[in-house]
Amino acid sequence: MGRLTWAAIPFDQPVVMIASGTVGFVIFCVLALVTLKGWWPYLWREWITSVDHKRIGVMYIGLALLMLVRGFSDAMLMRSQLALAAGHAQGYLPPEHYDQIFSAHGTIMIFFVAMPFVIGLMNFVLPLQLGVRDVAFPVLNSVGFWLSAAGVLLVNVSLVVGEFARTGWLAYPPLSEVAYSPGVGVDYYLWSLQISGLGTLLSGINLTTTILKLRAPGMGYRQMPIFCWTALASNLLIVSAFPILTATFAMLLLDRYCGFHFFTNDLGGNPMMYINLIWSWGHPEVYILILPAFGVFSEVVATFSGKPLFGRRSMVMATMVICVLSFLVWLHHFFTMGAGADVNAFFGVMTMLIAVPTGVKIFNWLFTLYGGRIRFTVPIYWALGFMVTFVIGGMTGVLMAIPPADFVLHNSLFLIAHFHNVVIGGVVFGVMAGITYWFPKAFGFTLNERLGKAVFWCWFFGFYLAFMPLYVLGLMGATRRMQHYSNMHWQPLMLVALAGAILILLGIALTGVQLAVSIRQRKRNRDVTGDPWNGRTLEWSTPSPPPAWNFSHLPQVDRTDAFWAMKQQRGSAQGRNGKQTYETIHVPRNNPTGFFLAFCAVLLGFSLIWHIWWGAGLGLLGAIVV
Amino acid sequence: MSTEIEAQGVSPGVNVHTHGTRRSYLIGLGYAVVLTLAAFWASSTDVIYPPGVPILLGVLAIAQMGVHLVFFLHISSAPDQTNNILALAFGIFVVGLLVFGSMIIMAHLNHNMMPMDRLMQMQR
Amino acid sequence: MSAAEQALVSGDAVPMSLRGPAPTRVVAGYGFWLFLLSDIIIFAALFAAYAVLSGETAGGPTAADLFDKRHVLIETACLLASSVTCGFGSLAVQSGDRNSTYFWMTITFILGVTFLSLEVSEFSHMLSIGAGPSRSAFLSAFFTLVGTHGLHVTLGLCWLIVMLLQVATLGFQPMVSRRFFCFGLFWHALDIVWIGVFTIVYLGAHL
Repeated sequence: MGRLTWAAIPFDQPVVMIASGTVGFVIFCVLALVTLKGWWPYLWREWITSVDHKRIGVMYIGLALLMLVRGFSDAMLMRSQLALAAGHAQGYLPPEHYDQIFSAHGTIMIFFVAMPFVIGLMNFVLPLQLGVRDVAFPVLNSVGFWLSAAGVLLVNVSLVVGEFARTGWLAYPPLSEVAYSPGVGVDYYLWSLQISGLGTLLSGINLTTTILKLRAPGMGYRQMPIFCWTALASNLLIVSAFPILTATFAMLLLDRYCGFHFFTNDLGGNPMMYINLIWSWGHPEVYILILPAFGVFSEVVATFSGKPLFGRRSMVMATMVICVLSFLVWLHHFFTMGAGADVNAFFGVMTMLIAVPTGVKIFNWLFTLYGGRIRFTVPIYWALGFMVTFVIGGMTGVLMAIPPADFVLHNSLFLIAHFHNVVIGGVVFGVMAGITYWFPKAFGFTLNERLGKAVFWCWFFGFYLAFMPLYVLGLMGATRRMQHYSNMHWQPLMLVALAGAILILLGIALTGVQLAVSIRQRKRNRDVTGDPWNGRTLEWSTPSPPPAWNFSHLPQVDRTDAFWAMKQQRGSAQGRNGKQTYETIHVPRNNPTGFFLAFCAVLLGFSLIWHIWWGAGLGLLGAIVV
Repeated sequence: MSTEIEAQGVSPGVNVHTHGTRRSYLIGLGYAVVLTLAAFWASSTDVIYPPGVPILLGVLAIAQMGVHLVFFLHISSAPDQTNNILALAFGIFVVGLLVFGSMIIMAHLNHNMMPMDRLMQMQR
Repeated sequence: MSAAEQALVSGDAVPMSLRGPAPTRVVAGYGFWLFLLSDIIIFAALFAAYAVLSGETAGGPTAADLFDKRHVLIETACLLASSVTCGFGSLAVQSGDRNSTYFWMTITFILGVTFLSLEVSEFSHMLSIGAGPSRSAFLSAFFTLVGTHGLHVTLGLCWLIVMLLQVATLGFQPMVSRRFFCFGLFWHALDIVWIGVFTIVYLGAHL
């Protein structure tokens, strides 16, 4: 069994044992409930082996919500530790444990919350907005999802069996090399991300091909909805950036497993090369996350202002410019590593430049709202909250783009506040808006409005309370990833931050309540027309939820905001052509390949982590056979 | 099939004209052989100004990659190939940035962050 | 040019982007083209690592010590020839000629195996004299870059065997010719990567 022994389970750490015990118990109860109610055949048939993009999209979002709870509990641990550990007090989390917590928090939030949220939304919406029946490669879609789920499983197993990486969410060498991290933590990190990274890459190829090659007749690039344009840019970035991550992690794995010397301290290795490569992935990654959120806001703002999006062409241009520029700024993540003034200056200027197309987008949204008849629904709340919050976060980013300023603020809590500002204000708010907006399409009833607004206010005020103190602390000199600090003046601000985190926790809890209440009230809030928001794009022309084949007749499109045009002409959305004949519709069959492949991937990953070579061989063989 | 104009364009590698494509492969082979032999010759001859040899090798390599793309993969500037060209261009952009960007950045970093013992070795 | 092509060029017919969903062959081909681009970016990262680390020999053997140009010229010839024979094989697949397909694809296979055995012999020689990947960063980068290319060639050859078996059992069904088509893209792309490898790694070493 390789290096796996009973000692791998941390029986002596009460926090971990209680957490894993609780999670284990909950999982057991859920599985027992499903078995007792006889839901397995339904789940297998309708969800696990489904190749329908709508089902897969919902599963991605479900996975992300689950992992949000895990990632956020790490955040609560960190905030409470920092609120306590001032001066002589040591808090309750020793450094070895704290290091794993902040590493897990970052890894989970970026790779297993933000990415699945965004990919799930794109998966669900794109074929419907493009007026086609499914994505380009439905089975590959299922494979991509299950590989991401495999990565999730491996990361969560690390809580119970073994340990996680203590290196931060990007695992810089030489700390992540075998000499300094001989345990299984970094291996868990690397293998779960390689597996889910493969899934993400397949998804990127799938969605790019769908947008470029599968659109309804008459839908050219000028008629395509804005969300599809931002999704195109995001998926192009996935296809071109994720291979860099795969290659870099592969090099680190070769260092760790086969004694290579890419990033080691000795025999010619260069740890700085890792940082260079990983950030040339890392920067496009954050644009992969934010661009679909921008797309959501474009749709939401246009729909709830009752106006077409202002400056459509400049929006598309800005999106594609951001796509290209995102590859030209990566060094701003390591200004302080010593590349020198001229290199730093180039990347500093490029970073400031990339704020320009983003500014164009903000103005376009504002001009869309101006003069419109705005309906203050939950998605618009998220959009307005985004516009204020993201702009602040963007401005602090431009501040740090100036290398001399960054030399003071790099790796301080100011940096932490900045990226949480843009990720929460941008990505999280965008995903919440998107989920609320498209929920009725997916499930046939709207979510409870009042609770939705409560969730928004908790997140909004919670965010400001939690992160504005961190800007101040950063300017006062507080560093990131610290388990304890000696300056007592910092503690009040840490307490305010803890209060903010609790407010966000309330928001997350209320999301669960909102879901439960909405399900109970579903008959009252049923969406009978398929168009609850008086929408503008083609997905609103289908019933809620749409049939597996989406459209009985592929719509004939001739302009932007195709559905709006159809409504203006007062024809019914489908059957407009007057055709009564139906052609045979090809709907792909369910396929268990994705699920079985993921099972083999988990076996392969777990075996490789624990050096159980026969298990690895078995997993690899199984994957090939499947 | 060769004369059908398909929706959304054609993928690379499709022979749009079935007539004379054997010739296309043989012409490509001819160019490739010449470029390969030229590269091998250039790297071992004294005739060329030495600092110019890497550039010449680079040019020959890029030319041969172009030969492969045009004669074997049938990439062209026809309107049905636009998507392929754009994807290729974006890929080349990223590859170039990654390779040359890394080389420039790492050269600067290595120079500025040179370990003390190497610095002293250089001064001897 | 057919009338349709003429109409397209003169702008009379419906532009391609407005014609609705593309046929499966186009979709599959484009998806595979994107996959190949992502693969080439993996190679780009490995090339970048090689470019940065090629001087870090840590007192061990250098590129000039280890590489034999004649050996590389033969390897290059094998791979280039196999690209052309693969092209002829693709033509045979398109015209549905079974015997021609077997003939040209078998030659492609043999040339590929020759390339691999030459590369394996070079690697094992280097390992035997202590110039393995754990000796220095330069060697780590070399073995990874060239080894990854060799791994791709190996996977391609396995794929070719599967494709030939599929032709033998299923004939030239649309799915089979689509996959052969993707194989052709893959094989040509590998030769393109090899151009980079022999130029930067082997010829660059002797400068």
